Amino acid sequence: MRKSYFKINYVLAFCFGIVLGLGMFVFYYGEGFSYASSDPAVCANCHAMNHQYDSWIASGHHHVATCNDCHMPSTSFNKLLAKALNGWNHSVAFTLENYHRPIQIKEYNKNILQRNCIRCHQALMEDTLLNLYKEGHSMNLCIHCHKNIGHMPIQ
Amino acid sequence: MNLENSFVNSRKGLIGIAIAVSVVVFLLTMLLVSIFRHKTEAKNPYLRLVEVKQATTDSAYWGNNWPIHFEQYKKTANASRTNFGGGDADPAQKSQMFPFLTRMFSGYAFSLDFKDRRGHAYMLSDQEKTRRVTERPQSGACLHCHASIIPTLVRMGGGEVAADQYFENIIWSGFEKIVKLPYHEAHKELEKTGSLNPQVGAAVGEFLVQEGAHPVSCTDCHNAKTMRLQVNRPGFVAGIRALKASEGVANFDVNRDASRAEMRTYVCAQCHVEYYCGPKVTLFFPWGNGVKVEEIESYYEQYKFTDGHRFFDWQHGETSAELLKAQHPEFELWRQGIHAQSGVACADCHMPYTKEGAIKVSDHYVRSPLLMANQSCQQCHAWNEKELQDRVAAIQKRNFDLLLRAGNALTEFLDSYKQLKKSFSADKVESSQDQVNLNKIAELHRKAQWRLDFVAAENSMGFHAPQEAARILAESIDYFRQAQLMSVEMLNMGHRGSSD
Repeated sequence: MRKSYFKINYVLAFCFGIVLGLGMFVFYYGEGFSYASSDPAVCANCHAMNHQYDSWIASGHHHVATCNDCHMPSTSFNKLLAKALNGWNHSVAFTLENYHRPIQIKEYNKNILQRNCIRCHQALMEDTLLNLYKEGHSMNLCIHCHKNIGHMPIQ
Repeated sequence: MNLENSFVNSRKGLIGIAIAVSVVVFLLTMLLVSIFRHKTEAKNPYLRLVEVKQATTDSAYWGNNWPIHFEQYKKTANASRTNFGGGDADPAQKSQMFPFLTRMFSGYAFSLDFKDRRGHAYMLSDQEKTRRVTERPQSGACLHCHASIIPTLVRMGGGEVAADQYFENIIWSGFEKIVKLPYHEAHKELEKTGSLNPQVGAAVGEFLVQEGAHPVSCTDCHNAKTMRLQVNRPGFVAGIRALKASEGVANFDVNRDASRAEMRTYVCAQCHVEYYCGPKVTLFFPWGNGVKVEEIESYYEQYKFTDGHRFFDWQHGETSAELLKAQHPEFELWRQGIHAQSGVACADCHMPYTKEGAIKVSDHYVRSPLLMANQSCQQCHAWNEKELQDRVAAIQKRNFDLLLRAGNALTEFLDSYKQLKKSFSADKVESSQDQVNLNKIAELHRKAQWRLDFVAAENSMGFHAPQEAARILAESIDYFRQAQLMSVEMLNMGHRGSSD
């Protein structure tokens, strides 16, 4: 007969509790709730984003788009997924401090950004975009040329 | 679910749970501590443990308060190498890469010893060791740039070394004195002043003077009380005033009038400039007419020494032409380039912002931007690093090739001139027309070599202003070939050569 080591249920529950408690504290201390909002100041919680935040304030899209409007998918489920993914990546990147300096946008977020450009400006760009699709060209990123729209390079 | 008989309830299972939970808690704590650390760092960038004065020329003392900056500054002692820049552990003679240099400086100390550069940490010790200083008499003016000399100038000018603010006229009067001293005596004055290191808990007025000379230090660019950028070197303060006056801005007081963006260039422009340094007159920056190569040339043309003679640095050993020596005109060349026009200062590329944890500092490990292309270039140029490096390499290679071509023109001119000289009987010119022509050749030599030296002595291998550097070299080649042409014509026509 197998011995019952420390009533395994209690052990598991205890361990789970430790992890849950620690996790909750980290979430609270890292102001995790703030990330559910769309307040741009939240993105500047991490001072690595200070420059982007400052130059967005001075930018041409300041009055029509916040960080989430450009960098997060517009549908609720995709937004949740993107926030979760980015949140995880941010945590790893800041703990290990191994991200590229200056910070550079990755493929996944570039696609989100491109889709958001089109989402607002589709009516204007309809013909151009349709032509591109027709010729089988892969689309050039809007921001390849329109670099200073959201936030400008450091000057 | 009945766990009682499962694996999980066995001894191995228990150990497994313990390990798994401990790993998760470990990672969570790592994240927590990093958030905590970053928040704290953001609140307290540095602690002022000791007081520093403007006369604290020992950077290590400033390092008590600003350890990050000091650690970075110390790294300038490291060896580094780029295609045409960086600093080797034991720099080679420049004539290895540019063989024409030895003949170019014939009759001048630079033909004796002209080593490649290395980091700021060595600027004073290398000057002390070069044969140009150990085997040739030099003036104390050389220390204007290669040492942290401002407190010494204040002392010799009769000012208060321990003061918080230094006055231009005091610095200038001390400077005039030190220029008249030979190098080694000036060096002793520098050592005597040493560094003023305020002691913790000491009474006001009680300072420890630590003797010893230091290379460029924190006090040369920063105000000791506010850390604002400031410049004190007299040559620069006077030079920038003259330059601004030539551009229509009168009475420019650099510490009062310059913007912060300008100061991020001016602190470097205290030394990375063309200047006159010699015994005949107090060191000055020749910027009264502007900073382009021909504007500086015209300034020198109209400058007369006290004996009424036109300005020149030395007479060439082979042609006896009165030549100008160009010294590292980085500021002047940079000003002609697209980066200067776009408001990019020296510090933007050579001391880019870097992050140590949550603290953002200007990288005080001043070095080639090619060694940190992501920080220097990618801030504004969003291309991958290889493309950026390749582009710079292409620009520099073009400049390098043109430089060799100009050096070749120099060498061939000197060879032709040598032939011409040989044809004169016993080194005496045979007619006054010959003398006129020889003077013309000497003038062409002066113009040509001034331009070649301007680009050769500049340390960016053309990158600071590629098209301007190419233009200057093109003019240099043209003048050398004109001089060569005249020499050959004179030789072929039995000295009664072209008289235009």
